[in-house]
Amino acid sequence: MRYRKTEMWKSVDWITIMLYIIMVIVGWFSICGASYEFDNGGLFDPSGRPGMQIVWIATSIALIFVILMLESDIFDVFAYLIYAAVIVLLIATIFLAPNIKGSHSWLVLGPIRLQPAELAKFATALAVAKFMNGYGFKLTTVKNFSITLALIVLPMICILLQKETGSALVYLAFFLMLYREGMTGYILLAGVCAVVFFVTGMKYSEEMMGITPLGELMVSCLVLAITMALVGFVRKDGVAVRIMLATVTAAFLAGYLISLFTPVNFAYISIGLVVISAIYLFYLSVRNWVWHYAMIGLFALGSIGFLYSVDYVFDEILEPHQQVRIKVSLGLEDDPSGAGYNVNQSKIAIGSGGVSGKGFLNGTQTKLKYVPEQDTDFIFCTVGEEQGFIGATAVLILFCLFILRLIVLAERQDSTFGRVYGYSVASIFFFHLAINVGMVTGLTPVIGIPLPFFSYGGSSLWGFTILLFIFLRLDASRKER
Amino acid sequence: MENNTKYAFEGRRYVLGGAVILLVIIFIIRLFFLQIVDNDYKAWADSNAFLKKTLYPSRGMMYDRNGKLLVYNQPAYDVMLIMREIQPFDTLDFCNVLGITKEQFVKRIADIKNRRLNPGYSSYVPQIFMNQLSAQEYGVLQEKLYKFPGFYIQNRTIREYEYPNAALVLGNIGEVNRKDLESDPYYVQGDYSGRTGIESSYEEQLRGVKGVEILLRDAHGRIKGRYEDGKHDVMPESGKSLTLSLDMDLQAYGEKLMQNKLGGIVMIEPETGEILCMVSAPTYDPSILIGRQRGKNHLMLQKDPLKPLFNRPLMAQYPPGSTFKPTQGLVFLQEGVITPQTQYTCAHGYTFRGGKPACHGHPSPLNLVAAISTSCNSYFPWGLHDMIDSRKRYKTVQEGFDIWKDHLVSMGYGYKLGVDLPGEKRGFIPNSKFYDKIYKGRWNSSTIISIAIGQGEVLATPLQICNLAATVANRGYYMAPHVVKKVQDMPLDTVFQNKRYPTIDSQYYSYIVEGMRGAVTGGTCRGAALPDIEVCGKTGTAENPHGKDHSIFMGFAPYDKPKVAIAVFVENAGFGATYAVPIGKLMIEKYLKGDVSDADKVLEESIINTVILPSNAL
Repeated sequence: MRYRKTEMWKSVDWITIMLYIIMVIVGWFSICGASYEFDNGGLFDPSGRPGMQIVWIATSIALIFVILMLESDIFDVFAYLIYAAVIVLLIATIFLAPNIKGSHSWLVLGPIRLQPAELAKFATALAVAKFMNGYGFKLTTVKNFSITLALIVLPMICILLQKETGSALVYLAFFLMLYREGMTGYILLAGVCAVVFFVTGMKYSEEMMGITPLGELMVSCLVLAITMALVGFVRKDGVAVRIMLATVTAAFLAGYLISLFTPVNFAYISIGLVVISAIYLFYLSVRNWVWHYAMIGLFALGSIGFLYSVDYVFDEILEPHQQVRIKVSLGLEDDPSGAGYNVNQSKIAIGSGGVSGKGFLNGTQTKLKYVPEQDTDFIFCTVGEEQGFIGATAVLILFCLFILRLIVLAERQDSTFGRVYGYSVASIFFFHLAINVGMVTGLTPVIGIPLPFFSYGGSSLWGFTILLFIFLRLDASRKER
Repeated sequence: MENNTKYAFEGRRYVLGGAVILLVIIFIIRLFFLQIVDNDYKAWADSNAFLKKTLYPSRGMMYDRNGKLLVYNQPAYDVMLIMREIQPFDTLDFCNVLGITKEQFVKRIADIKNRRLNPGYSSYVPQIFMNQLSAQEYGVLQEKLYKFPGFYIQNRTIREYEYPNAALVLGNIGEVNRKDLESDPYYVQGDYSGRTGIESSYEEQLRGVKGVEILLRDAHGRIKGRYEDGKHDVMPESGKSLTLSLDMDLQAYGEKLMQNKLGGIVMIEPETGEILCMVSAPTYDPSILIGRQRGKNHLMLQKDPLKPLFNRPLMAQYPPGSTFKPTQGLVFLQEGVITPQTQYTCAHGYTFRGGKPACHGHPSPLNLVAAISTSCNSYFPWGLHDMIDSRKRYKTVQEGFDIWKDHLVSMGYGYKLGVDLPGEKRGFIPNSKFYDKIYKGRWNSSTIISIAIGQGEVLATPLQICNLAATVANRGYYMAPHVVKKVQDMPLDTVFQNKRYPTIDSQYYSYIVEGMRGAVTGGTCRGAALPDIEVCGKTGTAENPHGKDHSIFMGFAPYDKPKVAIAVFVENAGFGATYAVPIGKLMIEKYLKGDVSDADKVLEESIINTVILPSNAL
């Protein structure tokens, strides 16, 4: 045993551990910057947030030792049991958790608050990995694919019921892993397109350019662009792309010339173009007897259908207060406490950092409490304000290296179990980074999820640490499996 | 197999890796524009920062059913300070202006900085130094404020009451506590919200919507103007005004009659379920709970052994006594246990159990109408015996008893009626499991006989008793009782507009009405008779293990097309006829005729002067 333990310390991936340590330390300094006050308490005062974060870091280190000392088999053996236990905990949380700012996701145990949703990520990843590791598993069969989906969606629903939409959305990250494991890329594309169409459509739904509804015009143009890109890259049919491009240009040019004399609704033109393109693609499909063309044509028509059905559902079926709630949560409409206002504050804080920042503990915007949640979800503001473009870029590059390293590790696994788990871990970190930094810099809607290792909070630090180090433990013994 | 799938999709690792790199590049470009190219953000942050100033809406006002203004707002001023902006100043002068000592000043500053007492503390954010200055105090401070940098004035509104009555119904407002802050993002530290009464149950309608004014200020905290000329400002929306169903004159009159007594009066308009008055005695003047004296006075009320904060009509659960008998008659008729002609004997008591419970002298045998009028203590035990002890009707005692219970629940007993006030109690109606547990499954009507006359385990609130009176007055239905008649610009909640029908057929109510009319014309309730109003009533005397019996009256008037239903409770006052009945009579007379007749002034005078308080309070 002793022999194997020492082996473990050699075979564990020290590059990832170093990246982890650097991020946790930089994260702690950011929390100091976000919650420090010139006249009050030291950084190590346990009643303040920096002090508490040290406690969370210390306990995380203890967790790391425990995980690394465990036999790597037990994660495989107990995967379903852990999953079941976490689901029970999630369901219990729905009923037991007190209402804290509208969400029912925190279990209060004396002075400690625990968010079980953070622990559900690794449990789900383990269960999915175990299921996909089964003998002769093929993701493409309907049965396998639906069970995999069910494993992912079940915790998602529980977390949605806790009113933690942001944490629930994180589970969409598993689709990246599924893509690597053989899920057709069209699902990913369709998903990304649906989100982009929906957000663009909503964001510009009220705005008009002459008599042209801007939202419809933009979405239909996007559809045209994606359709042409698909024909170009998937079918590699340069001729078809050129024909379509020429038609589109001609049609818009004609529209522009007419608009000099009488108002023109450009949305009609571009939607008409989408329909014409689809018909053209169906024709190509029949002529060449290649069904890919027809599929792309269907995608184009489906996208327009999606746009209008979403519009219809949103305007006709949803109640006004539900519409407002969706718009506010997408950051499209200000409420008195102001989602848009918050993002603006966040951009000001980051923007004021300049090239090299104001220096550690010298940020004013974040400390003046203009930025909401400045030491949790909006922690990246502090980095941007105090460390400037250089510091913020360095942090982003750290994350980039970290996630790429995880992909490398995942690829070197010999078992499907290890690879699936590894990709799940990488995907989850990727998703958190994309949504969190996107939100803080005003690129994505305001969805409150933490930035791994940076945001203050015990549950999230523990959750990410467990998630990561189980993978490192699996990786360290990949030769034995 | 496994290796196949692995290699087939191996190329996808580059797609995913590429996505990561692409994302980070997009972010870096975004940061480049935010931090280096675009100077707007920098300029804003360097010289200016936003100051979000909350504009408080005025809280909704309250009117009584006749349009009298009851509750409105008055301005008050909080002294705020921002710790970081304080510069050396003449502390002594400051203390003199506010009328505090140097020690109090030092202690208050220490308390503000103490994170255990003030968890949201930040030296950058305004903290309350002293709250609710009056207009005069504010005037003095305002002149000298320039001498005390770091101190500000925050305008607030506090409540003002037109009448010293109905304190428990109207309720009061107080500073939000930690729980409110966590559960409702609307509130911030220092806000006020309804703590009791209508102020609490209609908080969301009354509070309105806060506005916000976004100001720009420089690094020294000086206001530089409005952000984009106020384009993003939001004006506050005033709270909705409420029209209550209370008649304030009637309420005040009831409180006067009940002074120096314990108990309560509830009056309901049967047709609508609107509560006309809800008197709880002892009571207090609501205006003592506003201003800076609130804490002290609240503590005083809390410590008072007579419990003036206890809203007796909703919260006190008494045995209903003989006012329970009409429900028994209705259940027996509905279940076919008796017909209106059925007669039972009474020999100064319930002979089946050796004369217990005991009764008083009246003709025997007698039918239901007479039993109600004379409040016979034997008739209803006989009925309960015939209902649940005979195995012809129900297979077990338990089955029969649960049917009995279900009927009572349908009449509004045993559960909350859902009045729009906080703190309502549900009373108590036992079920068969309750008795199975006590008597190990072996029991019959004799074991539990006292519930047939409203004693024993059954408990009801005065509101529930009054609701029974309203149900009988309506001959078979009731409306959920409520104190708010109308919320400005909003429809009344539909739960207060739907008739609720108990599981008793409406034809049976006429016998109860006759019995209650008989009680007033020639039975136990003669004290409630009025010369030109046909009053129907029922007395009650609830045995009280802790002292003298409670005196109860329940009734409605007039006999045809009733306009008012009433329940009166006087604690420790003995027989129902002694105090509760005359109080009920005066209240009905006051409401239906506007004032009591000269002949009754003597009665009124003597009731007002009567003191019935427990010996420990005198």
